Amino acid sequence: MNEIIIKNGHVIDPLNNIDGKFSVIIRDGKIFDIKKGADRAGSSRAGSSRAGGSRAGANGSAIDVSGAIIAPGFVDIHTHLREPGFEYKEDIESGLKAAVAGGFTSICCMPNTNPVNDSGSITECLLKRACSVGLSRLFPVGAISKTLKGEQLADIGDQAEAGAAAISDDGRSVMNSLLMRRAAEYASTFGLAIMDHCEDTNLAASGVMNEGWVATELGLRGLPSAAEEAHVARDIALSKLTGAHFHLTHISSAGSVELIRAAKRKRINVTSDCTPHHLVLTDEAVRGYNTNFKVNPPLRSAEDVKELIRGLADGTIDAIASDHAPQGLVDKELGFDTAAFGVIGMETSLPVVLKLVHEKKLSLKRMIELFASGLNVLKKSKYSGGIKKGSAADITIFNVNDNVAIDSSKIYSRSRNTPFEGWKLKGKVLYTIVGGRVVFDHEKGISPAGGW
Amino acid sequence: MTLSVKHILSARDLTKKDVDLILQNARALKEISYRPIKKVPTLRGKQVLLCFFEDSTRTRLSFDIAAKRLSADTAVITKSGSSMAKGETILDTIKNLAAMQADIIVIRHKEAGVPWEVAKAFPQISVINAGDGMHEHPTQALLDLMTIQDAKGGVAGLNVTIAGDIFHSRVARSNMILLKKMGAKVHVCAPKTFLPADIDKYGVAVHTRLENAVKASDVLMMLRIQMERQDGFFFPSAREYSKYFGLTREIMKFAKRDLVIMHPGPVNRGLEIEPEIADGGQSVILDQVENGVAVRMALLYLLCGGKEHE
Repeated sequence: MNEIIIKNGHVIDPLNNIDGKFSVIIRDGKIFDIKKGADRAGSSRAGSSRAGGSRAGANGSAIDVSGAIIAPGFVDIHTHLREPGFEYKEDIESGLKAAVAGGFTSICCMPNTNPVNDSGSITECLLKRACSVGLSRLFPVGAISKTLKGEQLADIGDQAEAGAAAISDDGRSVMNSLLMRRAAEYASTFGLAIMDHCEDTNLAASGVMNEGWVATELGLRGLPSAAEEAHVARDIALSKLTGAHFHLTHISSAGSVELIRAAKRKRINVTSDCTPHHLVLTDEAVRGYNTNFKVNPPLRSAEDVKELIRGLADGTIDAIASDHAPQGLVDKELGFDTAAFGVIGMETSLPVVLKLVHEKKLSLKRMIELFASGLNVLKKSKYSGGIKKGSAADITIFNVNDNVAIDSSKIYSRSRNTPFEGWKLKGKVLYTIVGGRVVFDHEKGISPAGGW
Repeated sequence: MTLSVKHILSARDLTKKDVDLILQNARALKEISYRPIKKVPTLRGKQVLLCFFEDSTRTRLSFDIAAKRLSADTAVITKSGSSMAKGETILDTIKNLAAMQADIIVIRHKEAGVPWEVAKAFPQISVINAGDGMHEHPTQALLDLMTIQDAKGGVAGLNVTIAGDIFHSRVARSNMILLKKMGAKVHVCAPKTFLPADIDKYGVAVHTRLENAVKASDVLMMLRIQMERQDGFFFPSAREYSKYFGLTREIMKFAKRDLVIMHPGPVNRGLEIEPEIADGGQSVILDQVENGVAVRMALLYLLCGGKEHE
C-alpha cells in the first residue's frame, strides 16, 4: 500500500463543487479520502516556496501544503510534442516534462508530426512512448484526413480503437466542407469529436499577423478575423446538420465568441477553448518584429481579448489550452514572413492566466475549472473525476502569490520560443501528482522517469 | 549639426531637423555629379556594404554611385550570390557581413523588419533601410521630398496625392509618414482592394476616384502596379485597372495647371500612367532619379560622421 497525505491545503474543485480546507489522502493511485479541516501536525510550509516538502511516513509520505491550492489535475488538450519527425523541437519526454512542470496531469498532442499521426499504429506508438516516460498522461489526437491533406479520410475507426482522444487536422484547415461533414458523422459513430483549427485558408492567404492598423503600419500581411469566423460559422452549421460534436480550438476573435455563444444557446453541439497568450497579448506585441509573437491564429485586438475573457467567464469557452508549439531557432530566427508560427506555453499557462485572476477579470474557481475540464469537454464524459473518493489521484497543487520570472533558459521544453520572456508574474506550480505519484516537485524537480 | 539617429530605418525616426539637414547636404553634394571629375575624397577608406537580398537595379545603382562619388568602397551582396538560399538564417548571414568590418550596411530585403534585426545585431554599424517588404523605404521618401521642394519651393500646406497600389507599397508608407511630418496634406487614392486596413489612421484623406483626388492635388505620385504581387485578385485585369485607376489625359483635364507628377519607377507605361504624361512637361520622374543619388550621398556622408556641408 502506497499512501500520500496532502495536508493543510485549500481544495478548490469546481468539478465536485468543493471549496474549503481539506486534507486529501491518496492510496494506491486513487483518492482514498478527503478530510475536513486543516491538519496542523505538519510544521513545514509548502505554500511559500522556501520550505515545504514531503515527509516520509511508515507507509508513504505526507505533504504539507499550507497556503496552497489543491486542484483537480490540469489538462491541456492542445499541444504539439513534435515526435516523431521533429525531435529537435520537442519530443515526448521533454514535452511530458514540460507538462508536469506546468501542472498538467493529462495532455493531448496534435497529429502534425512526420509521419502524421493518421493511423491506429502511430497512436499506439505514441501511447507506448508516453507510458515508458511516465509523468503526464498522454492522449494523442488523431487526424481527420490522411497526411492532413484534406483529400481523404484518415483511418478514423482504427485511431479511435487505438485510443485517440479526438481527431483534428490542426495547423491545416479542412477547407472541403463535404469531407468535414463526413468526417464528423463518421467520427461521431466512434464517439470522437472533431477538434477544429478554424481558418479559411483562401481568405487568410499569406497573412502573418492580425489584419488591422498594426499590420498596416508594419507592412505585414493580415490574417483577418473573418477567416476564422467563416469557419466557425461553417462548423456550427455542420454540427447542426449532423449533430456531431465540434470542438473549436484556439478561438481568437470576438466574432467567433459571439457565434459560439449563439450556437450554444440553440443547443448546437459545439464547444471551444482558447490559449493563454490570446488572453493577455494583442497585435501591438508584434511591433519590433519578434517572431516569438508570430502565432496562428494571430494575436488580435484589445476588443477581441476582452470578449475572449467574457467568453471564459460566461461558459462560451469551455477550456484553456496552450497550443504549445515548440519551434527551433532555425524556424524562428528568420524574417517575420518566413518564420514558423507558434509559441510554447505549457510551463507558463498557470501564471499567465492567474494574471487575469489577480486583475479580477476571472475568478480563481472558474480558472481552475477551465484548466481541469479539457478532456471532459472534448470527450463529453466525466473522464476527470476531480477530487472525490475513488477517482484517479491526478492533482495539481499551486500557489497564487509566489513571484515568478519567466526565463526560457530554465524550462523543460526543448524549445525556447516563449512570448513571455522576462515577464514577472505571480503563481507557481508546487506539486503535480499523476495517479498518486508526485511527478513534479517544485524543489526536487521532475521525478526520475519511470514507466507506469 | 549632426543627425539625431545612428541608422536610417524608418521615416518615423527622423526629426524635422534631420530631414532639413539631409536635404541641405543633398543639395550641396548634388553639384559633384555635374563636375568633369565626379568624385571627391570625402569618404576615402570607408566601406559600404550593399546587401540587396531582393532584386533591385535603380536603388542599388543609386547607392553604389553615391558611395563612389564620395570615394567610399562598395561591396555588393545579392540574393543569388549569397548563401541565403542554402539554409542560412538571416542572422547568420548578417553576422558574416559584420565580420567584414563595414562602416555602413545598406540593406534591402523582401521581409519587413529585417533592417531592424541588422541594426540590433550591430549597434556599431550604421544601417540604411533600402526597402523592407511592404514596410518602409525612407530614402525614397527623402528624395521624393527633395523633388517636391525643388518643384514647388516647399511642401508645407501642399496637397500631395499618392495613388495606386498602396497596399503593397513601402514607398507609400514612408511617404505618408514623411510628408505628414513636413506639413503636407496627404491624400491617397486607390480601389478598396489596394487600401490597407485602417489607412485613415495615417491622417490621410482617402479617395477611390482618381479625378476627385487629382482635382485637389498640387502633387500626384503614381505608384507602380507590381504585377508580380497581384496573385490575390486585387483587380480584374490590366486593361480595367488602367481604365478606372490609370492616369490618363482624360483625367488630367481635372488637374491644376501646375500639377507635378511623380513616380518612383520603374513605370509600367500605359498601365498606371499614360506614356505621354510620364514623359510630359509636368513629370519630374527623372529629377527623382537624380535626387536619389544626391540624397544617398548626403546620408552616407552624415552617417560617416560628416558635419554640415559648406
